[in-house]
Amino acid sequence: MGKVIVVTSGKGGVGKTTTSAAFAAGLALRGHKTVVIDFDVGLRNLDLVMGCERRVVFDFINVINGDATLNQALIRDKRIDNLHIFPTSQTRDKDALKREGVDWVMRELRNEFEYIVCDSPAGIEHGALTALYHADAAIIVTNPEISSVRDSDRIIGILAAKSRRAEKRESPVEEHLLLTRYSPERVKKGEMLSVEDVKEILSLPLLGIIPESPTVLKASNTGMPVILDPASPAGRAYEDAVARFIGEQREMRFVLPERRSLLRGWFGRAAS
Amino acid sequence: MSLFDYFFPRKPASASVAKERLQIVLAHERSGRDGTDFLPRLQKELLAVVTKYVAVEEDMIRVSLGKAGNASVLEINVEVPHTAKPTPAHAAPA
Ligand SMILES: Nc1ncnc2c1ncn2[C@@H]1O[C@H](COP(=O)(O)OP(=O)(O)O)[C@@H](O)[C@H]1O
Ligand SMILES: [Mg+2]
Repeated sequence: MGKVIVVTSGKGGVGKTTTSAAFAAGLALRGHKTVVIDFDVGLRNLDLVMGCERRVVFDFINVINGDATLNQALIRDKRIDNLHIFPTSQTRDKDALKREGVDWVMRELRNEFEYIVCDSPAGIEHGALTALYHADAAIIVTNPEISSVRDSDRIIGILAAKSRRAEKRESPVEEHLLLTRYSPERVKKGEMLSVEDVKEILSLPLLGIIPESPTVLKASNTGMPVILDPASPAGRAYEDAVARFIGEQREMRFVLPERRSLLRGWFGRAAS
Repeated sequence: MSLFDYFFPRKPASASVAKERLQIVLAHERSGRDGTDFLPRLQKELLAVVTKYVAVEEDMIRVSLGKAGNASVLEINVEVPHTAKPTPAHAAPA
């Protein structure tokens, strides 16, 4: 029976899609059969981040409406074995994800895959509620910034009240804090909430810290999950987070500013 | 206060201002959630029960959750007009 992981945040633009792509790729790289689902109806983006936009034929809504089978809609990743992408639809009807249809799809996917990663849309409306409803685990993507922290708190409340596990009075959804777009330098200067601040405010266990890094944009430009870029600090941080998620111990990295010698800084600049 | 501080007053780091503001607003928002979701439904169901016996309007039933010391108090106010007639089905037999 597969495990459903929702990647959620309340706020938009904090890194949910980046995280969903990296996380799903990371799980698959470790040999787990994984599918990543785009729940952002009308604003399909996961296909671009995963680099499979030209291979989308059928989508979530087609499957729910019975116009395509699940296997016809699932896209097999060309780089990573065990990884599948389930694209969403570009319909403007935000409520197109009907409850029974989604229930059925999730049941099928649970039978087929070890991990089902759900990329949630922003907000606390139908789309976001549908994405989190089936969750066994939630990755709360948060930026060290007041509105993002507040929205994360809101989503934590909703997980506790509106998820299937809450409704059925089962054990609660397992929650993980993922702090993304973190700049240790700015934290040190007192310009940005620190990881300790955010942990204290949200009181969630920390799954990882993803540093702000230009390599994330570069990866999305080329349609490659950032975890596949061996030179990307963000990619390394995602790899650690995936390892922790499946129970490995990994020390937190990217908490403190990188130590760079003044000399190297100077020469580095002169050379470039 | 040193002369230095006088010319260059030290502002608290903006991150600590952010933390304090967040703690205040979240304390408020958290107290307003968890459990109070059910109030509108409770009000509807109460109305359904009460109207079986006396004719009351929706806005005559008020439900609120408050605090008295350490305890939470569920307060239910039902306003019954003087002219209220017992609902016929439940009127006492003559
Ligand atoms: N760690 C990071 N460093 C730099 N940019 C990032 C990072 N994470 C996300 N981004 C950028 O932030 C933007 C929003 O990311 P996205 O994953 O689409 O967020 P969401 O799905 O929450 O709306 C994108 O342009 C992405 O490249
Ligand atoms: Mg997104």
